[in-house]
Amino acid sequence: MLTVKDLSVMFQTRRGAVDAVRGISFEVSKGEILGIVGESGSGKSVTSYALMRILDIGGTIKAGEATYSGVDLRRAAERDMRDIRGREISMIFQNPRAALNPIRKVGHQIEDVLRQHAQATRYDARRKAIAAMEAVKINDAANRYDAYPFELSGGMCQRIVCAIALACNPRLLIADEPTTGLDITTQKAVMDLVRDLIRERNMSSILITHDLGLAAQYCDRLLVMKDGRIVEQGDPTQIFSQPQHSYSRKLVDATPRTGASVRDLLPKDMRAAAPVLNPSSAPILEVRNLVKTYAGKSGPVQAVKGISFKINRGQCVGLVGESGCGKSTTSEMLVRLMDATAGQIVFDGGDIAKIPARAFAKDPRRADIQMVFQDATDSLNPRYTARQTIAEPLRRLGKMRGRARSARIEELAGLVGLPLSLLDRFPHQLSGGQKARVGIARAVALEPKFLILDEPTAALDVSIQALVLNLLVDLRAKLGLSYLFVSHDLHVVRLLCDHVIVMKDGQIVEQGPAQQIMVNPQDDYTKSLIAAAPKPPERAIEIPRPELEKTHVEQTAIHDKRAS
Amino acid sequence: MTDTTPTDLPRQKGQMGHIIYVLRANPVTLIAFGMFAFLILSAVFGPALVPYDPLATNASNALQPPSWAHWFGTDQIGRDVFSRVIVATRLDLTISVAAVTISFVVGSVLGCIAGYWGGWLDIILNRCLDTIMAFPLFVLAMGIVAALGNTVENIIYATAIINMPFYARLVRAEVNIRRDAGFVRAAKLAGSSDVRVLATQIFPNALPPMMVQVSLNLGWAILNAAGLSFIGLGVSPPTAEWGIMVAEGANFIVSGEWWLALFPGLWLMFAVFTFNLLGDGLRDIVDPRKRT
Repeated sequence: MLTVKDLSVMFQTRRGAVDAVRGISFEVSKGEILGIVGESGSGKSVTSYALMRILDIGGTIKAGEATYSGVDLRRAAERDMRDIRGREISMIFQNPRAALNPIRKVGHQIEDVLRQHAQATRYDARRKAIAAMEAVKINDAANRYDAYPFELSGGMCQRIVCAIALACNPRLLIADEPTTGLDITTQKAVMDLVRDLIRERNMSSILITHDLGLAAQYCDRLLVMKDGRIVEQGDPTQIFSQPQHSYSRKLVDATPRTGASVRDLLPKDMRAAAPVLNPSSAPILEVRNLVKTYAGKSGPVQAVKGISFKINRGQCVGLVGESGCGKSTTSEMLVRLMDATAGQIVFDGGDIAKIPARAFAKDPRRADIQMVFQDATDSLNPRYTARQTIAEPLRRLGKMRGRARSARIEELAGLVGLPLSLLDRFPHQLSGGQKARVGIARAVALEPKFLILDEPTAALDVSIQALVLNLLVDLRAKLGLSYLFVSHDLHVVRLLCDHVIVMKDGQIVEQGPAQQIMVNPQDDYTKSLIAAAPKPPERAIEIPRPELEKTHVEQTAIHDKRAS
Repeated sequence: MTDTTPTDLPRQKGQMGHIIYVLRANPVTLIAFGMFAFLILSAVFGPALVPYDPLATNASNALQPPSWAHWFGTDQIGRDVFSRVIVATRLDLTISVAAVTISFVVGSVLGCIAGYWGGWLDIILNRCLDTIMAFPLFVLAMGIVAALGNTVENIIYATAIINMPFYARLVRAEVNIRRDAGFVRAAKLAGSSDVRVLATQIFPNALPPMMVQVSLNLGWAILNAAGLSFIGLGVSPPTAEWGIMVAEGANFIVSGEWWLALFPGLWLMFAVFTFNLLGDGLRDIVDPRKRT
C-alpha cells in the first residue's frame, strides 16, 4: 500500500547540511500496523513528515521514492498532496493541545476537515462531526461539540485529534508519539481505541514511538531506527526475545520490564556489580497530616488531603500517581518551595513546615534537602553554562570561591559522568541526558541528606533513562542519600525504590514495600495503574547461539550496503 | 556572575566570536552597526572636527545654498548648516540615550516587581502604567516644562516617563512566564533570595526582546526630543538641535531655501533608521541560544 524506497531527507542548517534520514526502505501493507521505534534524533518523525510532505523549512527529500497506492508522494503536485493529506493519509500528532486550535470549538475543527475534503456540506457537517466524535467513543458528543480544547482533559483532546484524523476515513494513519505526555491509564485507553478503530476500518497505520514496550504491544511489525537508518525490522516478539542488532538489543535491555533490575537496563558490557545499599530504620523525614489548600475560583481546592508517611535514612521511597494527584505539590512542600496549609514535616528531628518557604533559603538545612527537577531543559537557565549552573549552589550555600569551587565542579562532573569539555556549554548545546546530568550534579553539589527526584527521566530516551537511573542508584550508594522518587511510571519506580506510596486525588491510597505493591496490589487504583503499563513480550532466556550471531553480522552487512 | 573566575575567559572569547558571527550572518546588522558607529563618532569628535563654529553668525553670508564652502548651505543668520547638523548629534543622542536608560532601568524594576510578586502590587502598578500610557507625550512635556522649567533634563524626564510603561509591560510579561520555571526553583534551592533570583536568573532572560524595544525606542526618543524642540519646548535656540533646526528652517521652505530644513531632517531620519535596524542584531547578540 505504501512503499518507501531508499528515502533520504536532508536539512540545510547553519552548520551545513545534515542528513536526517539516510536511505531507508520499508513497506506498509493493507491492514497492518507498523511500528517505527527509535530514540530522539533517529529520524523517525522526519520520515513521517517527509511522507506527508510537511517537512520544516530547510528540509528536502534528497533521494528515494515513496509511493502510496500508485501516487508518487515525492513528486506529486502540492494540490494533489493537499487532497491526499487527511483523506488518504492522516496524522495524529504528539501534543494534542498544540495540535488543536485553542480558540475554536472542537466540533468546528472536525467540520473543517470534513468540508475541506468535500465530505460534508454546510447542512450535514454538524451531524457528521458528532458522528466522528462518537466513533472515537466520546460520551455525550453532541454537548462536547461546543467545547473548547482547554475545557477538555489531555486524553479527551487526543480523542478529538483522532476524530479529526479519522473523519474522512483515511486509509493510512500515521500516529507520531500519540500518547507521550498522557497518563498511563489514559495512554492505554487511547491506544486501545486507536487500535480497535484501525482494525474495524481495515486501515493501515504507522505508529511512531520511542517506547519499545508500547510498540511491541500494539504493532504487527517493528522497524528500529537509529541515526536515520533502519537497523532492524521484524516481528515484535522476535525483536524482543532475540534482538539481532546491537542497538535494538540495547533498546530492549533499557526498556523497564517485570523482573529486570536497574543494572539489567544497561548493555551487558556496562553492567557493574549491584551497589550495596543499606537503608537504616531511623527516619530522616516524617510527614504528618500534610494538607495543601489552594484558593480556587469555585471555593478552596484541596490538592493534598492530610497525608502521612516516613522516609528512613538511606531509603528510596517512590511516590506514584497520575497528573493532578498532588504528588508534585507534595514534593514542592517537602523541598520547602511551597508552604503547607497544615501538617508537619519533621526533618532530622525538627519541624521544617513551620519555617516559611521564603525564609528557608537562609536556613542552615537548605543544603540538606535538594531536588532534581522533572524537565532538565526547563530547570537549566538558558543563559548559564553547565559550569555556572553547577557553581550556583556552591557559591551561594557552600561559600566556595575560585580554585576550590572549580575543583569541586570538576569533581562533580566526574561523579555524574559529564565530560569536562562540556562544562562550558550552554544548555541548548547539550543533549537531554547531559542536561539531566548537569541537574543531578547541581542537586548533589552540597552533599544533601535528602534528595527529591521529580520524574528525572520522564523526558529522556530509554537508553539514557537507563544510564541516569543507574547513576542515581550509584550516587545513593556512594553518598548515602535518601530519595523520594516521584513518578507516574510504576515500572521505573520499582527499579529504584524500596518502598512505594500510591497517591490519588490528594490522598495516599496504598503504601508498602515496592515488591509487595507490584506483585500483590490491594487497591483498585494501584491495580489499574499496573495493568495500564505497556507489557513488552517476555524476554527469552538468553542462551549464547553462535548461528544467530552470524546472521546478525550478515544482516548488518546487507543493511550497510543498502545505506551507503 | 559578578566575580571573575578562570571560566570567564573562554566565555568572553565566545561572546566576541558570537558577535562576529551575528554581524557576518546578517549584512543588514553589519550596515546598522556601521551607521551607529558613524553617529557615535560624530557625537564624540564632531564638535572638534566641524569646519565652522556652529553658533558663529555671519550676516553677509546668510541663506547661501549648498556649496563647496558650506556643504549644507547657511541659515538665515549665516551659520553653517553642516557644522550645526553634526554638532547637534551629541545633544540628540544624549537626550535619547539618557531617556531610554532611565525608562529601561525604572521600567525593568517595576516590571520585575509586578511580574514576580504579582497580586495587588501588580494590579496597582499596571493601572498606573495604563494611566501614563494614556497621557499624550506633548501634554505631559508641557506640564513638566511649565512646572520645572525649559531644560534638556526635563525633556529627558518627560520622554523617559512616556516610554517607561512599554519596558515595564515587556519585563512583566517575560518575568511572569519564568516565575515558576525549573531553573528559578533550582536557584531558590541553591539558597538564593527572591531578589537575587530575579536579578541573576530571570531578568537576563528578558534581555533579548528588551534589546529590540531599546533600539526602537532610541529612534523614537530622538524623534520625540526633536518634536518637542520643534514646538518650542525643551532645547531653545540658538543651541544646535535637529528639531529646532527643522522648525526654524520650515519657515524658509516656502521661499525656496530648502536646505535649512532638509539636512537636519535627513540626519534625524538617518539616526532613527539606524536604531530601528539595530534591534534584531542586538537581540541576536544577547541571546545565547542563537549560538551554535
